[in-house]
Amino acid sequence: MTDLAAINPTLLVFALIVASTPILLAALGELVVERSGVLNLGVEGMMIVGAICGFAAAYESQSPLLGFAAAALGGAALSLIFAFLTQFLLSNQVATGLALTLFGLGLAAMLGQNYSGEAVPATPRLNLGPISDIPFVGRVVFGHDWVVYFSLLMAALVWAFFKYTRPGLILRAVGENHDAAHALGYPVVAIRVAAIAFGGAMAGLGGAYISLVRVPTWTEGMTAGAGWIALAIVVFGAWRSGRVVLGAYLFGGVTILQLNLQAAGVAMSPELLSASPYLITIAVLVVISADRSRAALNAPAALGRTFHASS
Amino acid sequence: MRRRGGWGLKALLEIDGVTKTYPGVVANNSVSFSVGENEVHALLGENGAGKSTLVKMIYGLVRPDSGVMRFQGGTYAPASPHEARRAGVAMVFQHFSLFEALNVAENVALGMEEPPPMRTLAARIAEVSEEYGLPLDPSRVVGDLSAGERQRVEIIRCLLQDPKLLIMDEPTSVLTPQEVDILFETLRKLREEGTSILYISHKLEEIRALCDEATVLRLGEVVGNVDPKTDSARQMAEMMVGASLMTPSRDSGSFGEAKLEVAGLSIASSSPFGTSLRDVSLTVRAGEILGVGGVAGNGQDELLAALSGEALSTPGTLKLSGQDVSALGPNARRALGLLAAPEERLGHAAAPDMSLVENALLTGGVRKKLIASGFLKWTEARRFADEVIGQFDVRTPGADHAARSLSGGNLQKFVVGREVLQAPEVLVVNQPTWGVDAAAAASIRQALLDLAAGGAALVVISQDLDELMEISDSFSVLSEGRLTQPRPAAGLTVDEIGLMMGGAHDMGVAHAAG
Repeated sequence: MTDLAAINPTLLVFALIVASTPILLAALGELVVERSGVLNLGVEGMMIVGAICGFAAAYESQSPLLGFAAAALGGAALSLIFAFLTQFLLSNQVATGLALTLFGLGLAAMLGQNYSGEAVPATPRLNLGPISDIPFVGRVVFGHDWVVYFSLLMAALVWAFFKYTRPGLILRAVGENHDAAHALGYPVVAIRVAAIAFGGAMAGLGGAYISLVRVPTWTEGMTAGAGWIALAIVVFGAWRSGRVVLGAYLFGGVTILQLNLQAAGVAMSPELLSASPYLITIAVLVVISADRSRAALNAPAALGRTFHASS
Repeated sequence: MRRRGGWGLKALLEIDGVTKTYPGVVANNSVSFSVGENEVHALLGENGAGKSTLVKMIYGLVRPDSGVMRFQGGTYAPASPHEARRAGVAMVFQHFSLFEALNVAENVALGMEEPPPMRTLAARIAEVSEEYGLPLDPSRVVGDLSAGERQRVEIIRCLLQDPKLLIMDEPTSVLTPQEVDILFETLRKLREEGTSILYISHKLEEIRALCDEATVLRLGEVVGNVDPKTDSARQMAEMMVGASLMTPSRDSGSFGEAKLEVAGLSIASSSPFGTSLRDVSLTVRAGEILGVGGVAGNGQDELLAALSGEALSTPGTLKLSGQDVSALGPNARRALGLLAAPEERLGHAAAPDMSLVENALLTGGVRKKLIASGFLKWTEARRFADEVIGQFDVRTPGADHAARSLSGGNLQKFVVGREVLQAPEVLVVNQPTWGVDAAAAASIRQALLDLAAGGAALVVISQDLDELMEISDSFSVLSEGRLTQPRPAAGLTVDEIGLMMGGAHDMGVAHAAG
């Protein structure tokens, strides 16, 4: 029995934003990493490690804020393993990134053995008194926890960083042509290590948002592919901050919508509905990147290439 | 213009006993020379003579093992390019240090120590580029610029910092003759304004036209100082090479039947910064060498891909000895005798991490019958690789070494030799002597001439006009993907070629106005 009226638009949009935030955080981090010319496929691993580090710290200290800080540190620490292997030992970025994901999943499962089924204190929501009570707008715009606003602020900051600042220009230059950047005297490896660590911290935050806010509990493998979606969204967003926000919200939106549709009993096979966020994201990806030459224009030219100063 | 370098004017840069050793090779051995103020000083030498290492030390990219440098009388030991730029040393690189996806102003800002805000910088770029007759739009993306325009970006990046010493590493290798004239005018103007220039090249006529003093390097050591105004080009060349040069010789025979016929060939480029081929037609007969000139990036790579079979074309556009091969891939074309040697050595002409034997097999497998019913014949492949190494004087410890381990010039000899020794009916080569020293270049050209004398048809794509004039029977130019009507090479003047190339139009006007 289909009952579309049961879908509450306020709750729908609210849940959409909550579902999108982890992906947005991880994708923004990966965006900076890829702009510096490094392809880190370990996003999923860094997210899950962030999720358990955040959960454990929040549980032990009873402070969600400390949990997020620990998640950022955990994600960054794991990403530095990747940085050491690819930037100093010149290992292949694709293989190392895949290994990082596998390693992260295993490490998180081990760290999380004693935390299954435990609960953490809730991350407080913004409360602006009467404003938060305005129907729809109050809840959807002013009713979130600080991490949601932080993720959107980061999107704006990343955009401004690349558009207006000199360090942003240098980072883009390193991702475009590392040999030329080296010849001009820029420390290619140091810049890339910093970008990788930033990407790791952002992925860690994204993971912690799942274990501290969205679910909030610890289960093994709880990121469930969010890291891979974040990676896809960076490409779909053509390495631009604004489009990455759009991509993350599109995926989050379809995910929540299909859950609501399933709950409302729409006459479609649940398997197809569950697959729909992936299918729609892939379809949009294909459409947007249909113009091959334009996609190639946006991609950082040195993406995934190993740099070794030959002089 | 007075010559001032030798008149006891105080030296701007002094290099004293500088030595730099890499594992197994001495790049610079106790090199000493000095560049005076207001002087254009040439640094002459073959590939591998140590010029690049020397200028990298002056620019702070490499540190010397021993020896001292002095700049404006004080000790000078830059630890990084930033320090060198702060001291007043600027450098224009041979392989441009530009970022294709960024615009002109961003590229300039990246090469400056303390760039002004973008809007001010854009105005300064427009102003300085007009002043020196190098017009440039600060908002254009560098990937869309021609090689000549890209070089202007590099030069303007240097000029905005008011350098005392400007280092230019082989600046003319990618320019049309007219662009070279404009560059020289700019450099002379700079010298008058008090900037010294260290000019690195192996093109002797340019050095005679521009430079006040010249230091010749060979195998990492200074072999002498010459006066480019009085000493002849041949003297300088022999000093550089350390032996007398042979000039390629040929018999101008008559041509046979048409081997390669291309009619109305148009192919879209596969790269976003590439140039699509538009309505290209050409005919090469047995025994003929067609030289294709033009500034890099005007469709050279695409033409090679279309002829080799990497890019397929519409039926009927490409005929080999009368047979339509437009729809055949590279190996099918090889079997019929159409071979190609592309420009990019590592990754296109050769697989960098595979050995020379394997690389010999990769293109030689079909014609030299190194493959029998799916199995590789290693003994024959090795024999073929050794034959290439022996006949083309490829310096390598052995055929089992990876292609990557060879120097650029040696690998070039290998990839050209590999095709020549397969006895092609038609051979297409792009930049056959790029980065190869004069003696080896002469022997590669001789091999190409011998091949044509034996009845093969050759298409030689090159940016080196002297080379094309030396070996071509007919000559045409690629410009924005279009090929001009081939003309007999004998009797063509540099001016006529420049007009065919059609570059530099706006630049000439700028100088006339200034």
